[in-house]
Formats: sequence, structure tokens, C-alpha cells
Amino acid sequence: MTGDAVRSARETVDIVYRSDSRRVLATLIRLLGDFDVAEEALHDAFAAALEQWPRDGVPANPRAWLVSTGRFKAIDGMRRRARFDKSVAKLARELELRDLAGETGAGSAAPGTVPREGADGQGPEDDRLRLIFTCCHPALSPDSQIALTLREVCGLTTEEIARAFLTSGSTLAQRIVRAKAKIRDAGIPYEVPSRADLPERLDAVLRVIYLVFNEGYSASSGASVTRNDLSAEAIRLGRLLLELLPDPEAVGLLALMLLQESRRAARSTPDGELILLENQDRSRWDRAQIAEGVTLVQRAFSSRSFGPYTLQAAIAALHAEAPSTAETDWEEIVGLYEVLARAEPSPVVELNRAVAVAMRDGPPAGLAIVDSILAKGHLADYYLAHSVRADLCRRLGRTAEARVSYQKALSLTLQEPERRFLQQRLAELA
Amino acid sequence: MKYLCMAYGDRSRMEALSKGQMDAIMQECKPYVDDLHGSGHLIIDEGLTWETTSIRPRAGKVAVTDGPFVETKEQVGGVFIIEARDLNEAILVASRHPAAHVGEHLGWGIEVRPIAVFPTA
Repeated sequence: MTGDAVRSARETVDIVYRSDSRRVLATLIRLLGDFDVAEEALHDAFAAALEQWPRDGVPANPRAWLVSTGRFKAIDGMRRRARFDKSVAKLARELELRDLAGETGAGSAAPGTVPREGADGQGPEDDRLRLIFTCCHPALSPDSQIALTLREVCGLTTEEIARAFLTSGSTLAQRIVRAKAKIRDAGIPYEVPSRADLPERLDAVLRVIYLVFNEGYSASSGASVTRNDLSAEAIRLGRLLLELLPDPEAVGLLALMLLQESRRAARSTPDGELILLENQDRSRWDRAQIAEGVTLVQRAFSSRSFGPYTLQAAIAALHAEAPSTAETDWEEIVGLYEVLARAEPSPVVELNRAVAVAMRDGPPAGLAIVDSILAKGHLADYYLAHSVRADLCRRLGRTAEARVSYQKALSLTLQEPERRFLQQRLAELA
Repeated sequence: MKYLCMAYGDRSRMEALSKGQMDAIMQECKPYVDDLHGSGHLIIDEGLTWETTSIRPRAGKVAVTDGPFVETKEQVGGVFIIEARDLNEAILVASRHPAAHVGEHLGWGIEVRPIAVFPTA
């Protein structure tokens, strides 16, 4: 091959790695029945591609080539080890006999157009869905679900995930090792849940994606308000899930994330200070993301089987389309919070409803709701509850109460920009 | 795979029940018990009394003491072993046990543990 052709074959390996390595991994896990064996096989397959493609040319179907090469290398490796260990020989035989259906057509269709064959078919897209549901299995701890999803589905390195969650690489690596051990030893199957289990299991997947998004959107501690990469990763995951499983709540979640993300550029100053919704420069909101989010909200609503994510997205859409805080349709927002409170009662939803009611009917009405939440003993340790209360008291001229609540809020948040915001509000009260 | 399922309950709350209350709960459990026993997955299902004796090595001797290793409100009140294809099926089968439906106010609940198979040489 010429130098140019060799270079282009190497570039193709890079491109295929970025676009398809997770798909190949998902299928290898099914064929080999083990995460670690599959990861090694994936590595070996790409190493073989780097060696062979520049020499022999890029195969017609790179993904299928990678799957069969990875599988062959894994089984071959087991055979070699089998000389010392009889049980490995049996395993290698079993793996070789395992159904290869679905591999023959792998990669023949463009990504996203591969038809799904029922709830638990054999197509490569089903493998990606299996991988998502396995990583988000409720028998794994929530922390492990997140770490495993980012590692296996998104392909982030343990170091990247550790940095994003402000924890050490070794802690995170340990968490992933434990999660894989549980999958193996407890017998967590590599499958898409049955129709009966699907709604609950899908909830778990949506929760993981939204937690990742929120960790990126409003990091729970640390110097910067946002850790963009995690939010972008969550949106990518949301798109993938929607492509694989077009459930109305998956539509709603993607809409919600896009609509929140659309405000990113406007929600903090260049030096990282928080800007409240009412003070944000709305011309800096991302119109393309808003348009996509609004369209998705309409799509979810038209399904008539939407849930809490869609309702929250609908609220976010009303904010996104309003020219200012004063011109926001607070009536409609209060109504949506009432529906949301019935669908998924929670003190946090109540708190949000209180804010909307205060905007519609004035601060006293909102304050009454906040006080009733706190009187029930809810949200006592949630800084936003006290921050909202402080703000409503401030607007009512009840300065002493406002000061106490701002101080309480300040004692409950570790996030630097939020702390500075509260300190500034306290200073203004004086 | 085989899974050991341990049904927990809050001992003090259960002991505080009157005979009539206990009978009513047992009545409530019956359809679940029948369903589980007819599932074809059950290997053994036994209820336990609360009396616990602990045995462990102490300075080269076998030490016997009264009570469980850890005194918690919830103690194992029943055990059953099931045969299931994988954890998803095990969860499905174990969910047919009464402790997954009845006795929320008595701290009932089930822990599922895979029984390890160690390869024989």
C-alpha cells in the first residue's frame, strides 16, 4: 500500500474506534459473557486492526471484522490457557458454540437504522441496550451504576470519571471492579428486561442519565458551577437511549436536559458567579437546543403516556420560550407543578411549586407553602429550601428572618459559587 | 444458579403482635406462600425461631455465646433456597415470597445471595 493509503487506514481505525468501539464491546460482552474478557478482546481487536488494515486494506464491514477478530482472539487465548486449566477448555468450547446470529449483518446498516427485533433480539443495537440495562441494574449501588455506565457505555476512562466526580482514580477503579464482580457472581444477566419489568428498569436508566447530567450541570461541590463534559455525556446517552428505545419518558428526559443545557452560557458570569434565571441575558440562551427541546416536549405530550421528566421538560420549555420573568406563563407553570406533584409527590416539587406560586400570586402565598414544607420537617437540610425562604422574606421586607435563612442556606452548601451568591445576598441585607 | 433468600423481620414488633393479629398476617401470607411453593423454583423453605446461638474461634477454642453477631432490629426469620437462571429470575421468584408484599410495618424484607459454586479440581 502507498504511504497515503496506510495513513488513511490508520485514520479509519481511529474513526471506527470513536464511532463503534462501544458497539463492538457491547456485542463482545454478550458473546464472551464477561466484561473484562470482552474489554481485553476489544483491545486486541483494535490492535490487530492497526496492524492489518494498513497492510491489507480496511475490511468492507469494519465493525463485524472487529467483533469476529475480538471473539477469535479471546477464545484462542482461552485455548492456550486451557492447557493448564481444564475448566477453561470447556468454557472456550461453549463460547465457540454460542449463537452468532446478528453478527453476520453487523455494521451493514448505517448507525441508528439497524432495525430492532422485539424486546430482546440479537441485533447489535440490542447489545447496546443490554449493556445500558446491565450497567444500570438496580442490584448495583447507584454510584456503581453511574461509574459503570460512564466507563462501559460512554467509554470514559476511570481517570476521567474520577476527575468529574472529584474522587480518586483508585476509588473509582475499585468501584468498577466491585460492580463487575457483582454482575458476574450474583448472575446479573446481560439482557433487556422483559416487558413487565421494563418501566421500572427504564426508570433506573433514566435516573442514572439525569444524575450524570445534574452532576455536570450543578456539581454538588467544587469550584466551578458546571462540569460541562458530564452534561454533554448525559445528553449523548439520552440520545442513544432514545434511538434504541423511543419511550415517551426517554423523549421527556432528553428534552429536559436540552432545555436546561440551553441556559448554560447565561447562568454564570465569566468568573464563575451564579446568575439567577430572572437576571440572565436570554439572548445568550441556545436557541437550537430550545427548539429541539420544545419539539421533543410536544412529541412526548402527544404520546399521552408521559411522566415526571416530560412534565419537568414542559415547565423548562415555558421558561425557555418566555421573553422575561415577568412575561412568563406562571399560571401554566403552577398548573404543571400541580400535575407533577400528583404524579410524583415530593417536597422538592412542592418547593418549586412554591416559587411559581410566589411569582403568580406574590411572595406571601409562596412563603406559606415553603413554611408548611419546613413545618412538616422536610428539606431541613436542603440549602435551596432556606435560600428560597430567605429570598421571599427579603422581598417582603422581613430582613431579620431573611438573614437567618440565608445563613442557614450558607451552612448547607459546599459549592463555591453558591456560597458567594448567598454571602453577597447577606451583605446586601445589611 | 442457586440463590439463598433470607426473609427478615423486626423481632420486637413481631413479638408484640397478639395471636389474632399474627393469624391475620399468616392468612394474608398464604396466597403468596402457595404461589411460591407452586413455582417449581423452590428447593427449600423454612421459618426460623428467634433463638440465636453464635459459635466462633477464640484463642484456639470454640467459643459459644448467646445472640447473633450483630444485634439489629431486623433479624432473619425465614430462609428459602431457589433455583434460577440468573439474578433477574431470582428476583422475580423471591418477589413471590410474602415478605416482599406483606409486613411492611413489621420490617419484613428479603436478601438474595447467590450460592457460590467452587470449581472442583
